[in-house]
Amino acid sequence: MTALLEARNISRSFGGLRVTDDVSFTLGAGDRVALIGPNGAGKTTLVNLITGDIAPSAGQFLISGEEINGLSIPERVQRGLVRTFQTTRLFQNLTVADNVALAIMQRRRISKRFFSVSTERPDVRAEWSEILANLGLDRLAYRKVVELAYGQQRLIELAIGLALRPKVLLLDEPAAGVPHDEAPKILDAINQLPADIAVLMIEHDMDLVFKFATRVLVLAAGRLIFEGSPKDVTADHEVRRAYLGSYADARRVP
Amino acid sequence: MRLALSILTDAVAYGMVLFIISIGLSIMMGLMRVVNLAHGAFAMIGGYLASYAIRDLHVHYSVAILLAVVGTILVSIPFELLLYRRIYRKSDPLIQVLMTIGITFLIIGVVNFIFGPSLKTIPLPPLLSGPLDIGFRSVPTHRLFVIACGLVTALSLWWLIEKTEFGIKLRASVDHSGMADALGIRTEIIYAATFALAIGLGAFGGVVGAEILPIEPFYALRYMVTFLVVVSVGGAGSIMGALSASMLLGLADTTGKYLAPEFGEFFFYLAVICIVFLFPHGLFGRSHA
Amino acid sequence: MTGIATNDVPARRRLPLLQEAGSALAIAVIGAIGYYLFPDDLAFLTRLIGISFLVLSLDLVTGYCGIATLGHAAQFGVAAYAAGIACVRGVTDPLALLAIGIFAGTLMGLISGALIARFRGLPQLVLSIAVGQLVAALANKLQWLTGGSDGLSGITPGKVFGIYNFDMYSRTAYLFSLAILIIVFVALTRFVRSPFGLMCRAIKDDDLRAKMIGVAVYPRLVLMYGVSGAVAGVGGALTAMSTGVVGLDGVAFERSAEVLVMLVLGGAGHLWGALAGTIIFMIFEHIVAAANPFHWMTLVGLLLILIVVFAPKGLIEPALSLARRLTKGRAS
Ligand SMILES: Nc1ncnc2c1ncn2[C@@H]1O[C@H](COP(=O)(O)OP(=O)(O)OP(=O)(O)O)[C@@H](O)[C@H]1O
Ligand SMILES: [Mg+2]
Repeated sequence: MTALLEARNISRSFGGLRVTDDVSFTLGAGDRVALIGPNGAGKTTLVNLITGDIAPSAGQFLISGEEINGLSIPERVQRGLVRTFQTTRLFQNLTVADNVALAIMQRRRISKRFFSVSTERPDVRAEWSEILANLGLDRLAYRKVVELAYGQQRLIELAIGLALRPKVLLLDEPAAGVPHDEAPKILDAINQLPADIAVLMIEHDMDLVFKFATRVLVLAAGRLIFEGSPKDVTADHEVRRAYLGSYADARRVP
Repeated sequence: MRLALSILTDAVAYGMVLFIISIGLSIMMGLMRVVNLAHGAFAMIGGYLASYAIRDLHVHYSVAILLAVVGTILVSIPFELLLYRRIYRKSDPLIQVLMTIGITFLIIGVVNFIFGPSLKTIPLPPLLSGPLDIGFRSVPTHRLFVIACGLVTALSLWWLIEKTEFGIKLRASVDHSGMADALGIRTEIIYAATFALAIGLGAFGGVVGAEILPIEPFYALRYMVTFLVVVSVGGAGSIMGALSASMLLGLADTTGKYLAPEFGEFFFYLAVICIVFLFPHGLFGRSHA
Repeated sequence: MTGIATNDVPARRRLPLLQEAGSALAIAVIGAIGYYLFPDDLAFLTRLIGISFLVLSLDLVTGYCGIATLGHAAQFGVAAYAAGIACVRGVTDPLALLAIGIFAGTLMGLISGALIARFRGLPQLVLSIAVGQLVAALANKLQWLTGGSDGLSGITPGKVFGIYNFDMYSRTAYLFSLAILIIVFVALTRFVRSPFGLMCRAIKDDDLRAKMIGVAVYPRLVLMYGVSGAVAGVGGALTAMSTGVVGLDGVAFERSAEVLVMLVLGGAGHLWGALAGTIIFMIFEHIVAAANPFHWMTLVGLLLILIVVFAPKGLIEPALSLARRLTKGRAS
């Protein structure tokens, strides 16, 4: 079976700095993979490369065996490749419902209609209200995003990602900035996703990584230095060295 | 041959005027990222002041230039303090466009109220008027004067930016404004000084170029687009860019006027569209993504 | 595991049809006031309505898509010339002329959009200016077609529906324009809340995010420019018919700058803002500019600066929030 997403020998430099250095990995159906690594390791850059936000200087990406290097961002999204942003990027002056509804309508290819009502179409409304309810955002549906707290905005990032019904979902630190008692909702929402999609999550909180991942990738200074089960990652010598102990601290975060 | 030479002197002189005025705008847009549509309005103030100084105060041409430049900078200070500061490095060009159009209208209205709405001549001193024999034929002395002014401006700016302490700080602020602040460079002061420099150059160009771009009541509006186009084609913040764009556009415009007066403007703007579409950051510009 | 989520989504609040009917009624009432209070100024009021289409059209690209343009008069002017030329050459039915104007405006809009929507920031602004100036230069030089700097005159449209003549008091022209304004405004009210319109506002907020939900941004913006051109085209054709002439001022840079001022004065991103801005600006201009054009420029300059500094969202936003506070105060 071909992998949903495959990266082959991806490299990218900014100026003299090699931010991504010969990275290869695959995501298969049903994979739940955590991507970890110290700050500045190049995790977000890797996601930017996958989505087409920036172009790799070498290497290829394939979705279901088809090369996507030449495709634009929206074309990749249409093939099921969806991401969330580490620092939220939302439609700040629209309501929460509009933000999610636009993603739904785009996915269903009804976002080009000129004269139908948008957010309130019954089938669209049913869909976004369910997504928002699952994330505990239903009360805020008609509030403008710009008026909300940062933690709530983080959840909307996830809501948009879910609304697109991805085949490959890339989550860039979805829990960062979310109040601690709300964080489990993120995991719940991910657990409700269809089993056959692939999810890659960048995360610093190791508790969450252990609950979520079946496989862990460790990135340090742009190179993949470890790939294996969550159990083994703590024991790995290289990984310990990369984190220089800060990693052990990360585990202790309550 | 005769025709070619006339076209060439006119084109180069015209290009130099464009350069002197636009380079101020270019530096300002490169550093402060402000689309200053009122740049021509300040050049116009310079022209009005010089005309007044020569015709009513009867001072010498050189003194008039000095008065015009200093006077225009003085006039511009309240604008900098109260208005421009708010829009430096703002990402939304619409706000900048609106505010600077507002400033342009205001200046046009007030200046014409004070000095009267009529064409303002700036009489040349005897030394600069009349033709100069350059061996095989004669060319207007003023054209040569303008060309010389342009070259001197380009060289001094190059020296200022590449060789002086101010230039180093300026370049640091262009590339990394946050970093410059952290290094203790007071960007606010750099901005103010650059603003004064830009306005001064505009006024200077307005005065010495008055023979070619006549000072009239709607000067600020008439050439607003031209100056912006020069900067956009050359690339904001680049001396070489502004110089080559000025020459290119000067040549295109002058040649067009000589050879196909019917369609001069048409080809000018067609060229602009092609260049900007192909090089959105200008011929010599860098992207500030 | 989570069980069935309890759904606390507030009930939908807006009744779209009611809002649209309200808009139509409000414009009709304002129009009627103009008709009965200023019967001698109907020619001016008709021109005002013509320009308001251009400002609405500009609102679509600037207010709803965030495109900064100083060349928007091109759409209006091209449509005015198209309708005018067609009329001079024998097509006199007002509705046919309107259709020609809309077609020409749409075409011009699509071309402009293809050039202007490609970039953001400075290149976008300069391209918009260059496109506008290019059209102005063409209109000036193609004298055999457009009348050049003398303008295109002798436009005498036939009867509306074959019944109502364009009379010299502009009554027909005014009522015809008003009726079309109501239709276009209601259609636009609907349009800006459609998925397409909503997506444009989203692109304005963050175009990278829009791409990341799968939107091909550039074609959308070009399409929006086409719609905007159609709206401008309506205004251009109506103005050509009601004034009987088309001049270079219709495509001039000043016109583009002026309508931008009107839009921002009223409030970009609101259809009512566009309308309010046009009304306020044009009435003031009518009174002050006639007295002294330079005083008028000073005034507009000051006004613009004040707006940008103190009310960057235009006059409509404070007015709306005041209205909201008043109604809330009454409710509680
Ligand atoms: N557009 C860019 N231009 C230049 N350097 C960049 C750019 N984007 C990222 N970098 C650099 O690449 C390196 C990796 O950045 P990246 O954001 O991918 O790290 P990260 O692993 O996501 O870190 P964090 O855990 O803090 O989110 C950093 O040193 C960063 O400064
Ligand atoms: Mg990151």
